[in-house]
Amino acid sequence: MAETIAAQQAAAQAPSEADIEALLDELNVSSESNLISVLQDVQARFGYLPAPALEEISRRTKIRLSRVYGVVSFYAQFYTEPHGRHMIRCCRGTACYVRGGQRVIDAVKAELGVEEEQTTQDMMFTLQTVACLGACALGPLMVVDSTYHGNMDPRKALRVLQMYQEDSG
Amino acid sequence: MSRIDSLQELDVRRQRLSQRKENALRTITLCGGTGCIALGLPQVYTAFEHEIQQRSIGDKIRLKRTGCHGFCEQGPVVVVLPERFFYPGVQVDDVPAIIEQTALQGKVIDDLCYTDPVSGCKVAYEHDVPFYNLQERLVFRHNGELDPTDLDDYIVRDGYRALAKALCEMSPEEVIEQVKLSELRGRGGAGFPTGLKWELCRQSPGDDKYLICNADEGDPGAFMDRSLLEGSPHAIIEGILVAAYAIGARKGIIYVRAEYPLAVRNVNITLQQAREAGLLGANILGSQFSFDISVHEGAGAFVCGEETALVASLEGMRGMPRPRPPFPTQSGYKGKPTNINNVETFANIPLIILNGQQWYRAIGTKGNRGTKIFALAGKVRNTGLVEVPMGTTLRQIIFDIGGGIPGDHEFKAAQMGGPSGGCVPAQYLDLPIDYDSLKEIGAIMGSGGLIVMDEATCMVDVARFFTDFVQEESCGKCTPCRVGTRRMLEILTAITRGEGRLADIDRLEQLGEMIKQTSLCGLGQTAPNPVLSTIRYFRPEYEAHIHDDKCPAGVCQELITYRIDPEVCTGCHLCVRNCPQNAIAGEPKQPHEIITDRCVKCGICHDVCKFGAVVIE
Ligand SMILES: Cc1cc2nc3c(=O)[nH]c(=O)nc-3n(C[C@H](O)[C@H](O)[C@H](O)COP(=O)(O)O)c2cc1C
Ligand code: FES
Repeated sequence: MAETIAAQQAAAQAPSEADIEALLDELNVSSESNLISVLQDVQARFGYLPAPALEEISRRTKIRLSRVYGVVSFYAQFYTEPHGRHMIRCCRGTACYVRGGQRVIDAVKAELGVEEEQTTQDMMFTLQTVACLGACALGPLMVVDSTYHGNMDPRKALRVLQMYQEDSG
Repeated sequence: MSRIDSLQELDVRRQRLSQRKENALRTITLCGGTGCIALGLPQVYTAFEHEIQQRSIGDKIRLKRTGCHGFCEQGPVVVVLPERFFYPGVQVDDVPAIIEQTALQGKVIDDLCYTDPVSGCKVAYEHDVPFYNLQERLVFRHNGELDPTDLDDYIVRDGYRALAKALCEMSPEEVIEQVKLSELRGRGGAGFPTGLKWELCRQSPGDDKYLICNADEGDPGAFMDRSLLEGSPHAIIEGILVAAYAIGARKGIIYVRAEYPLAVRNVNITLQQAREAGLLGANILGSQFSFDISVHEGAGAFVCGEETALVASLEGMRGMPRPRPPFPTQSGYKGKPTNINNVETFANIPLIILNGQQWYRAIGTKGNRGTKIFALAGKVRNTGLVEVPMGTTLRQIIFDIGGGIPGDHEFKAAQMGGPSGGCVPAQYLDLPIDYDSLKEIGAIMGSGGLIVMDEATCMVDVARFFTDFVQEESCGKCTPCRVGTRRMLEILTAITRGEGRLADIDRLEQLGEMIKQTSLCGLGQTAPNPVLSTIRYFRPEYEAHIHDDKCPAGVCQELITYRIDPEVCTGCHLCVRNCPQNAIAGEPKQPHEIITDRCVKCGICHDVCKFGAVVIE
């Protein structure tokens, strides 16, 4: 269910062909370009990597589409679907784990009714887990958009989520 | 910013800066690292700005944002100079008092002082805090002092003097000789002798050579490279420049994790400053040496920290390692000779060049010179970054500097070296640690991640955790790593569910040895270490899971249940209110009960109960 709604939303949000062309022109994408840098720039603009953009990138860089997808799927940072209004990144690194990080992740999953890499039906939250956010001393760590929330436990994490839910009414 | 075109001009600039009169009465420094920012530093900074403006005391009180102090647990950290009054955990409400009493009157505020968890004493000055004064901060010396994005702040602290010395007074061969004699070993994990690597790269034929700074820092739990890049970016750039001169490289790349936005920002700012000052680009410091550095952001793959995978990723491909030789020093980025070193390795270079190899060799143990920065995290009171000479014992790091284990818990093990490392049990607390001693006991130095575990940590679960990690991060190119780690994970998962068999322990050991010997790159070759080391030191815990279906640490969910002890429960209702599953029944003032069917074992009731009535069985 979550996916179908996400797909509808994707269609609604998807950049037009002209948007894609314009961005790739602006980035000067050619067979000389570094594929990963191009993908990073495109994602920075659209928030994700729409399929038509990947096809156009493949055409311009003369890199086979299968290889482009190979790179996209290899790196955790690339998404092929738009994500929710708020990006929740929970750390699953060791330092956070030994202080109960998994319990935080489980609580967030249960509260939002999503698994890792999924978006809630209302497109409010996307849940991601990351290997380490580099603030291990404050573990368990949860980052919402770019705000760090340290020393989490399941209860505090749910309170943080509530804050964002209330904020957007 | 004016260009600095010679050693003399650099000296003049430094002298002029050091004679600059300090007009301010006091300077309030705030730690601007990711940790303190997470704990609310931006709000505190704004409050200070506001207070200073309101009182119109901008001429008397200076405000300065520094790099990470490394005492992340205690953030936001505020230090008032010149006395070095130390206030941890500062909140917005504390700001007026700090301005009034400490900054203006020079008085210490007892209530805001740090309390040493070991002695229970209040400590007023930064240099008396045991966490700091038991360390030997060389690489980290400037991190909490300077404004990382202020070039002059670095120059006045002897910044770029090592580069000037190398360029003006030493031949590239002499630089390499100094680094070789210093016995510096690479801090990225393997401990390869840095001088030797430089020599190999210099001797590789061809004029087009590259230099890469590995700032991928993939080991979860390690964050010293982040802190150095955020807090001392100019020192890293200086180290890279000296290396480039020694090797004869023309172009440098800093490959940094995308998860480190502040590091990326600070590095980009400082690169631009260095360029404008003539410290980067064409004819550096007026010499014949030209070199420039660009920044490349990673895209989130642990294996890209491995050098051949990193090169593949830089070339825009999937980050798959390839067999070595050829080593990158022979054929690396774009097929050219490429020297790859870790951030902390580069940070050591200015120290060696400026003070000489003999000075450097006096620190540490034979074959393991200098200091190492450890990222202390997990179940320890003072988490943060700890820099100590090689050969320091775990007990000194965890108990003297780290303040020991919080609560009344006991030390169980220290996980060292991340997913490639192992768990070090209590019997080795007094072993002097360096690259070689750790290897002997089945762990590794790795990048210096040090995660402390207490008796509430299940070692089988830890082994499963790491195997899950490497299994997920395995690039899939070679079979032993791709399939072998998956098999290990299946066995470990079964054990943590109480479905293990006695032969499983032997099978894990056999599989582990096989994966170690036959994998293509360092990821697979070291992936079984967490499993093998926990079997070696904590075998009875494995057996308890298998024989008795018990998790002695009370972690493995399938083997535990939560129960409320009716004798202890006061019926305060707190757990009922907090249970997200509505899985606790009971009237107020009557003992409560957990409805097992609904319970998802999230443990919130256990966390919130003030009376310890929720027991794990
Ligand atoms: C799976 C794997 C991950 C690695 N991750 C890192 C890393 O995050 N940072 C790093 O500096 N070195 C890492 N290394 C080591 C590098 O391959 C390389 O040895 C190192 O960057 C060389 O620098 P040094 O000689 O200064 O230590 C990793 C190695 C392996 C096998
Ligand atoms: S382990 Fe969680 S931030 Fe590093």
